[in-house]
Amino acid sequence: MTETQKKQDVTDRIWDFFCSLKLTIILLLLLSVTSIIGTVIPQNASASEYIRRYGQSNYELFVKLQFTDMYGSTWFVALLGLFCVNLICCSIKHFPRTWKFFREPVKVPTSATLSNSKNKLEISSKDSMDEVVERVQNSLKNDFAKTVRTDADGKTYLFAQKGIYSRLGAYMTHISIIVILIGAIIGNVFGFKAYVNIPEGGSVTHVTSRDGSQRIPLDFEVRCDNFDVEFYPDTRRPMLYASDLVILKDGVETYKKRITVNDPLFYEGIIFYQSSYGPAGDATITFNATDNQSGETLEFSAPLRNRVQLADGYSVIVTDFTDNDRNFGPAMRLHVITPEGTHQNPVVVWQNFPEFDVRRGGQYSFAMLGFNQPYFTGLQVAKDPGVNVVWAGCIMLIIGPFIAFFMSHKRIWVCIENNGKAIKVQVVGNAHRNQAGFALAFDDLMQKVEAAVNNESPTKEG
Amino acid sequence: MGSDLLSTQLSNLTTIAYFSAMVMYIAFIATKSNKVALVATFSALAGFLIQTGAIGMRWYESYALLGSEHGRAPMTNMYESVVFFAWCIVGLYLAMEWKYKYRAVGAFVMPVAVWAMLWGQMSLNKSIDPLVPALQSNWLTYHVITCFIGYAGFAIAFGVSIMFLIKIGSEERHMKEHGNTPMGGVLGMLPPTRVLDDYNYKAIMIGFPMLTLGIITGAAWAFYAWGTYWSWDPKETWSLIVWFIYAAFLHARFTRGWAGRKAAWLSILGFAATMFCYLGVNLYLSGLHSYGGV
Repeated sequence: MTETQKKQDVTDRIWDFFCSLKLTIILLLLLSVTSIIGTVIPQNASASEYIRRYGQSNYELFVKLQFTDMYGSTWFVALLGLFCVNLICCSIKHFPRTWKFFREPVKVPTSATLSNSKNKLEISSKDSMDEVVERVQNSLKNDFAKTVRTDADGKTYLFAQKGIYSRLGAYMTHISIIVILIGAIIGNVFGFKAYVNIPEGGSVTHVTSRDGSQRIPLDFEVRCDNFDVEFYPDTRRPMLYASDLVILKDGVETYKKRITVNDPLFYEGIIFYQSSYGPAGDATITFNATDNQSGETLEFSAPLRNRVQLADGYSVIVTDFTDNDRNFGPAMRLHVITPEGTHQNPVVVWQNFPEFDVRRGGQYSFAMLGFNQPYFTGLQVAKDPGVNVVWAGCIMLIIGPFIAFFMSHKRIWVCIENNGKAIKVQVVGNAHRNQAGFALAFDDLMQKVEAAVNNESPTKEG
Repeated sequence: MGSDLLSTQLSNLTTIAYFSAMVMYIAFIATKSNKVALVATFSALAGFLIQTGAIGMRWYESYALLGSEHGRAPMTNMYESVVFFAWCIVGLYLAMEWKYKYRAVGAFVMPVAVWAMLWGQMSLNKSIDPLVPALQSNWLTYHVITCFIGYAGFAIAFGVSIMFLIKIGSEERHMKEHGNTPMGGVLGMLPPTRVLDDYNYKAIMIGFPMLTLGIITGAAWAFYAWGTYWSWDPKETWSLIVWFIYAAFLHARFTRGWAGRKAAWLSILGFAATMFCYLGVNLYLSGLHSYGGV
């Protein structure tokens, strides 16, 4: 064996390795087994979290094996890369054979095709050759597909095919996966994932990357006019989180939208998602204080933990409040301070039960009227210029297998000859998939062809 | 809560119908009586129709209970999903039985549907609760429907694969001793292994594209709700694992040495992964699909 032959032999073997279906199966199973790791070990947690859960030595092992960011690990990405190489090689290897069906369709059947085909019809006619050819042509055109005529060796051959594109289904599926991965890479390189908290009434021009490592400037300002959280009646089950967002460009309001959890705001390729919320600063509580001796009631509105002066040197301080105390609704905790400076025992007052505190007695009784808690809205912010590529890949990934599984390339050949006594017509057909289904369709079609050849039903002209 | 609803009563009837269908399908294999098989099919069909009514009823009840703004398709918690799973299995199975006429398959598929109904009816919370903001999306319905039709395809493939493995050993022995003659006995009632192999493939041919659609609708939903179409959340990852296994199965069919027994085992492995993806992730792992608190 010469050097070049040997070299060729090695490259061939490498090529065959990358093309092999066995490699595909092994890679798919390897990917599925290794993917489990990241579902069991929490990903991208802090070192202390891993050490607490698994111990120091295991944590070091995890770091070495890149288990803490498994799906981004060198070995997992390499496995995915090999999978793509395998996909591409397989497609390159098989495509020329497929392309031949498009470029050089077999218009004239071999004698073996004619005699060995499972789907076969043989009829003869006393009419003229031209008439028979035309009848078969018309019949196939009406009920199957347009025919291509070839005259050779004194015989006339007709060829018709349908669904040749179904041969591309598998390629489309394979390409779709590559397209999705390209879209994902575009998103990772040119996009970002970030978050930002905006207090009601406040605005931001920067967002923070999700890992907290950098501040990303925006080309515009985002203002949150209002945040709403609503609960289903008589429950703690949230019904709605919504933020009224305004986009300002150079100080001018250019776009407004009320976003909810499943309805984000899109602006210049950047998307703002309702994600969380929290209190921004102290709530202001509104309540009535009634002097139990004079019967005089005064309304107060004060921030939490701010002392409020009542008459006669008494004062009151609301120390705490909640929007829902054990399903009894909003409540506040307060205590009265006497003119001598003594802090009396704390009292809980529920907004929904204003008469309760009257029964307590004492100098003053209180009724909660409401509260105003300023919130901040927590937004996820994302820019993903690759997402449309991903969706395009997904659409291909839906259509590809559908074509590959449920459609087939069906071909029909006809050989018409004058054997001296009569015009002999032979029809054979095949499908590259779902042979059983094709056999039934073929029989149906042949009844029509036979009727047409025998001129039993009037053939439609044109 | 929820057991006094009309839809729940209908679901109890469904469970009974599916259970009798299962018993009858098994009896069919034992008795070889076509009449028994017909009763089995009718029970399954009756159960399916009653359950269709039950699902529609529960949909209606959600509007009645929660008000016209908060009614929703009944596919939002563990109970609703598990009975919907049973509905998909029986519906798809009946369609395949009607098309391919192999009734013995029912004996191996119906148990999965019966288990789903029994578990749902007996131990899950059947109350109709309004949706939290994260679930208030049209994608939810598309996502659940596609995923569960996919799961149903895999459930049928699983039943058929078990049949395949039960049958193949004795079929090989029979072929060796008696050549290509029909097999007797109970095992003779099971379709030949080449038919089962094909049936397995056909069920997965339905399940796989539906799972693909389910993953994609899930990704689209995640994008509109959280800004990432893929975040390697345990549920997402497990659905991808399932996808990988069935992709391997589909390619195994074209590879020498991987068809037959290995393909059947792959199908069983795929269904085990499917069930872990559906239930195991909710029970053992943490993540975004917290609807499944059992």
